[in-house]
Amino acid sequence: MVNSVDSDILSSTKKKHLNPDENWGLVEESEYFANKVKLYRQDKLNADEFRRFRLQNGAYGSRLNSEFSMIRIKVPGGDISPEQMEKIANLSETFSIGSAHVSTRQNIQLHWVQLEDVSEVVRGLAEGGLTSREACGNTIRNVMCSHFAGVCSNEPFDVTVHAKAIAKFFLRNPMCQNLPRKFKFNFACCSEHGFVRIADVGLVPAIRDGIRGFRIYLGGGLGAASFIGHLLEEFTPESRLLSTSMSTIRLYDRLGNRENLARNRMRYLVNEMGWEKFQALLLKERVIVEATMSIPTKNTFDGILNIDTNANSNSTISSKRKLPLINSDNAQTPYNRWLNTNVVAQKQPGYYGVYITLGAGDITSNQLRVLAECVREFSLEQKARTTPQQNFFIRYIKSDSIPKVFAKLSSIGLGNPGANTIASAVGCSGTTSCNLAITNSHRLAKEIQSKFLELNFDMDPDFRTSTIKISGCPNSCGQHEVATIGFYGGAGRIANSMAPIYTMLFAGSTGETGELGKTIMRVPAKRVIDVVLKIIECYRGEKNGNESLHDWICKISTGHGNGKVQTIDDLKKTLVPITELPSFAESPDSYKDYGADSNFVAKTARGECAA
Amino acid sequence: MRCLSDLTQTKNKNGIKSDNKLKKNIIKKEKKMMSPATLDLVCDVDTLRTLIKKNKVRVVDVRKKDEYLKGHIPTSVSLPLSDLLSDDSPESIIKIMNNLGIADNTPVVVYDDTFGALASRVAWSFKFIGHTNVSLLEVTYSGWKNMGLEIEKKSNKFPKSSHSIDIDYSIYADAEYVENARNDKNKVIIDSRERLNFLTEHIPNSKNIPYTMIRSEDAILRNPSELKRFMENRGIDSNSEIITYCGSVGTLSGLVFFALKTAGISNVKLYPKSFKEWKSLGKPKIEFKDATYWDLSAE
Repeated sequence: MVNSVDSDILSSTKKKHLNPDENWGLVEESEYFANKVKLYRQDKLNADEFRRFRLQNGAYGSRLNSEFSMIRIKVPGGDISPEQMEKIANLSETFSIGSAHVSTRQNIQLHWVQLEDVSEVVRGLAEGGLTSREACGNTIRNVMCSHFAGVCSNEPFDVTVHAKAIAKFFLRNPMCQNLPRKFKFNFACCSEHGFVRIADVGLVPAIRDGIRGFRIYLGGGLGAASFIGHLLEEFTPESRLLSTSMSTIRLYDRLGNRENLARNRMRYLVNEMGWEKFQALLLKERVIVEATMSIPTKNTFDGILNIDTNANSNSTISSKRKLPLINSDNAQTPYNRWLNTNVVAQKQPGYYGVYITLGAGDITSNQLRVLAECVREFSLEQKARTTPQQNFFIRYIKSDSIPKVFAKLSSIGLGNPGANTIASAVGCSGTTSCNLAITNSHRLAKEIQSKFLELNFDMDPDFRTSTIKISGCPNSCGQHEVATIGFYGGAGRIANSMAPIYTMLFAGSTGETGELGKTIMRVPAKRVIDVVLKIIECYRGEKNGNESLHDWICKISTGHGNGKVQTIDDLKKTLVPITELPSFAESPDSYKDYGADSNFVAKTARGECAA
Repeated sequence: MRCLSDLTQTKNKNGIKSDNKLKKNIIKKEKKMMSPATLDLVCDVDTLRTLIKKNKVRVVDVRKKDEYLKGHIPTSVSLPLSDLLSDDSPESIIKIMNNLGIADNTPVVVYDDTFGALASRVAWSFKFIGHTNVSLLEVTYSGWKNMGLEIEKKSNKFPKSSHSIDIDYSIYADAEYVENARNDKNKVIIDSRERLNFLTEHIPNSKNIPYTMIRSEDAILRNPSELKRFMENRGIDSNSEIITYCGSVGTLSGLVFFALKTAGISNVKLYPKSFKEWKSLGKPKIEFKDATYWDLSAE
């Protein structure tokens, strides 16, 4: 019995995830990069041209120091093998800072790499089947995919293969090497798990009349101005996935704004043109694409996709189910605490997924190696996933292995509880490496995590669905607009002193019905934790029955509170005193940012996303 | 250099006049047949085992004394790095070498259990006082042990020797030398510390080649072709003069010294007192405070 389940899963795993063609790297790109660096250093290549080339190959300039780069390693679909983790561990130790960083877009980033060493990292990545190609620049960025794809109780089918087929088809594809700006795909597994409304193309799998397909949302995205994506049509069959994607890219490539750097994402085009007009143009474009698409092109994609026509009939799921968390008994051992928040049951009976909660996505090389061992030893699919919450997720673990997994993880500091709770705060890299950052969002996320774990917030079921997400500037890499409580960094003057100040947002959400958060108020960096604690205190005094923090915040955000705090303004009255700082002379530390000894100065340089 | 001139002498003794190719062949042959052996900068495991069997090498263990007593490579003598550093004047180094029974022509192989950094510092010191025939074992003690190779516990002692002294200043730099080199285009100063330490503060105009960059998974140094490529990428010419330094006593930079030598760069110097002395002398340094990079570390 057990054997047959194992072999079933293994065979499907082999088919879908261990494809020998799954190699994203190209070793020759290493030498090419090295040569370009030499030309640039010899002034034979101008800075703008070189920047464009560098970004196309995944090397982003480091904060206020052009000698160094951040290398963004694409993890298509978030799917990564233990060998690749070990490769990244070695590369980080050799050329970077000995830690790697999981981004909110499921990439893994190596920071502060000497520009002249980037080619060696590219070489090492290619050896491990990985690439940083088109991870930055004006092209198709890492294709995201829900980390539950394949194990989610509510999914009609596993979209991992589609996400990877799209990634493979467009990688190095001449049609998307010079778009007006970056372009992002996001695949959900179900209507709940995904960031489909804040992507250029967001896809939710669906089955209609026995045919697999998607609900496709277009023109969403977060940034200085954010938009929620529009539904293209009720149902797009799988057979039109490629043509729809190609037409969208073609239309954007043709009509997108190439002049104004601040308004050249596709969402602005959609917004300026109006959705109906864009939609009509797109559907027309698709007719042309379908009529003219060459057979080799179509075959290439279908070959990558390798559509499994005998999709198992696991597809019709009548009622919506939550991925059940394992509830441990009340004994509060570290193991039980972890079990409570970090282990979820898969749709495959007897198998579990385990979260590895990191601090703002950071993991040391040694930890990565232990994680790789863990995957090899305990995961039937022999892979892990990166998550948009900056964590890792290991799936296909049998229940009797879970204690061993915990022992192994906690032996190296990877056994933190609190995944998917308010304690697991998201923070972009902020001033630790980004040119655009104004504040140290990265450290703030870590501070919140350790403080909230210390306060046992992970153990409170009321906080389970709530999220805190922090960006170091308004550009939303920390996805602050889709958090229960979001923050983005800025600078402000208080009396005569500059201070790092965050703008707080409420009631953002992800999924197919995702909404953008509303701006609430400004909070000095050193008061963010106190303000969140005060919000929690108010919530605890006000909540009705089992109402979660997230639900309560959504309720008061629309002015529907039913206690003493009915509206945002009511809550603000309580919060404002906390945001007031003593004078600089009394408390200079209140005016400094996290991780900085010196007084705060807002320093930024040109953002390279737009280059 | 010394090595080469020794060999030239041998050649002359044999009265051979020939073209370069022939010379090379002869040198190779002599390496094999004659005693003592002339060691490469890095000594592989097989070579060391052979030399140990033939009793033609002095193996130096630079770990702490108690670790040595628990087990060591056969025939090795103990020289904890701290003993050498407590007084690393040439007179003291000579005394130490004489006590270990190292004569002018004794081939020496040094090992540690700290990825080669401690061994490098000792090997460099021997070179500094004029003992060129010294080599780093390609693996650490753990590496040796993990391969299941022979170890022993008895302490080894050899008759005292009388080593000559011929200081090689061409591999040495002091603070003043480094300060003058800072603005010399033909000299490259290399900081061997990890990236985050380098970003925090470093000697102006120095470049960062962290010690983590030059080692491989199973050996203390990468193969020479890789090291060469790394240096080429960095635009470091094999004819450049290079000065390496690290945090305090020249261990990490000692390892990088040997890596650069292996990569075919002949003119490499070590600044053994390194950044600790540089700072204490109040010399200028570059600090990079525009980013909070330490917060990226998951340590």
